[in-house]
Amino acid sequence: MDRAQTDTRIRGLIEPFNKKGVAIDDTTTFAGDLEFDSLTVMDFVAAIEDEFDIIISMNQQAEIENYGQLVDAVCKLQGD
Amino acid sequence: MTDLFSKFDPLIQQRETLLASGVEDPFNLVMEKVLSPTRAICNGRETILLGTYNYMGMTFDPDVIQAGKDALDNFGSGTTGSRVLNGTYQGHREVEDALKEFYAMDHAMVFSTGYQANLGIISTIAGKDDYIVLDIDSHASIWDGCSLGNAQIVPFKHNDIEAMEKRLRRIPEGAGKLVVLEGVYSMMGDIAPLKDMIAVAKANGAMVLVDEAHSMGFIGPNGRGVAEDQGVLDQVDFVIGTFSKSVGTVGGFCVSNHPKFEIMRLVCRPYVFTASLPPSVVATAATSIRKLMHGSNKRAHLWENSRTLHAGLKALGFQLGTDVPQSAIIAVIMPDLERGAGMWEALLREGLYVNLARPPATPANMTLLRCSLCAEHSSEQVQTILAMFERAGKATGII
Repeated sequence: MDRAQTDTRIRGLIEPFNKKGVAIDDTTTFAGDLEFDSLTVMDFVAAIEDEFDIIISMNQQAEIENYGQLVDAVCKLQGD
Repeated sequence: MTDLFSKFDPLIQQRETLLASGVEDPFNLVMEKVLSPTRAICNGRETILLGTYNYMGMTFDPDVIQAGKDALDNFGSGTTGSRVLNGTYQGHREVEDALKEFYAMDHAMVFSTGYQANLGIISTIAGKDDYIVLDIDSHASIWDGCSLGNAQIVPFKHNDIEAMEKRLRRIPEGAGKLVVLEGVYSMMGDIAPLKDMIAVAKANGAMVLVDEAHSMGFIGPNGRGVAEDQGVLDQVDFVIGTFSKSVGTVGGFCVSNHPKFEIMRLVCRPYVFTASLPPSVVATAATSIRKLMHGSNKRAHLWENSRTLHAGLKALGFQLGTDVPQSAIIAVIMPDLERGAGMWEALLREGLYVNLARPPATPANMTLLRCSLCAEHSSEQVQTILAMFERAGKATGII
């Protein structure tokens, strides 16, 4: 799966969590722009993990602040 | 002024707003005198204690107190040393022997607190490239044990067996795996389906650590906890526990049948680099643990108290953390922090102390009034408690 396809699928998954309908690009941050709290993060991460059959450990999550970093991380984790 | 404390400004503001409304500070209560395991003088008022985790009421047991006094006379007030240097006295050996007997396990290691037991064991056994799979509602000491170590941390939704299994299956081949669970979750007072969860963990090649802090002494045929009650204690690699609840003093421990367990005493930093428990504390703990082996009548009364309080609060219209009583903790769910603090204060004025629990300690940002029962609460006291809840609940509009 290339980056564009991964991006499309993540965009579909993020929709129910994007309650305020924030316009999302690679620089959109989860804590700041999307106002995700820790419970939302857990549910959102679980949705991505199940969709791509990967694990994103909390150690890896700590490095992911914005949307573009998430897409990159998912691409990398699928390749591993 | 902006400095390192600026990050605490929102919390300082929230506290000031709460206290400005006139309520007593729920996090600054002083017990001026403790009359028994269930009664104290708090802020000048005689108060029934319903939030102490003193499940078996051992704090005023005459044998326990005498053991502590004897140890003070014979061994002094403190050890001034690490367990691995000058801090292991006869009493430390004796309390570890008592634990081995209580759990029928080969090894027991005593820490200075329960917090340090989780911190030490979890951070030491799971190293870099190992995976810790844990319940998202785990106690702070478990999370801090994860933070102190270098393992990959993978949480799953509370008590969700399928979510746990999916994560275990995705862990790369060859990586070490530790599943961390609790018997009783202390915020809502619910128990874990350990039998099914441990079977899944074992099928996926993981070691299992279970924190039984809130079950020791009264859950399971021998009071060994939820894993014993569900018949899977022999599948648990490490049981973590504490002396600060049913045992009635302070300290923490890990018991295990692992043949190499004793090496922990040399490699576990929160065990090595701190002073050991005072002689009086290990003496009271050892005496209390041995008495808990024969506590079946007290256990039965504690369960009766838990059932009566749960049914009574439910009938009054309070929203509770569990549909049926699963432990000696009953969580009463409050609509928000302000009204929760108001209800907490109304109860205190009635002469009842419960814990006000708030985020981030609570799941799902809830405010809880957490009640923990004691085997020494009389049936009459439980009825008195219910009447206090009814008056306070109506006065504050919660029911």
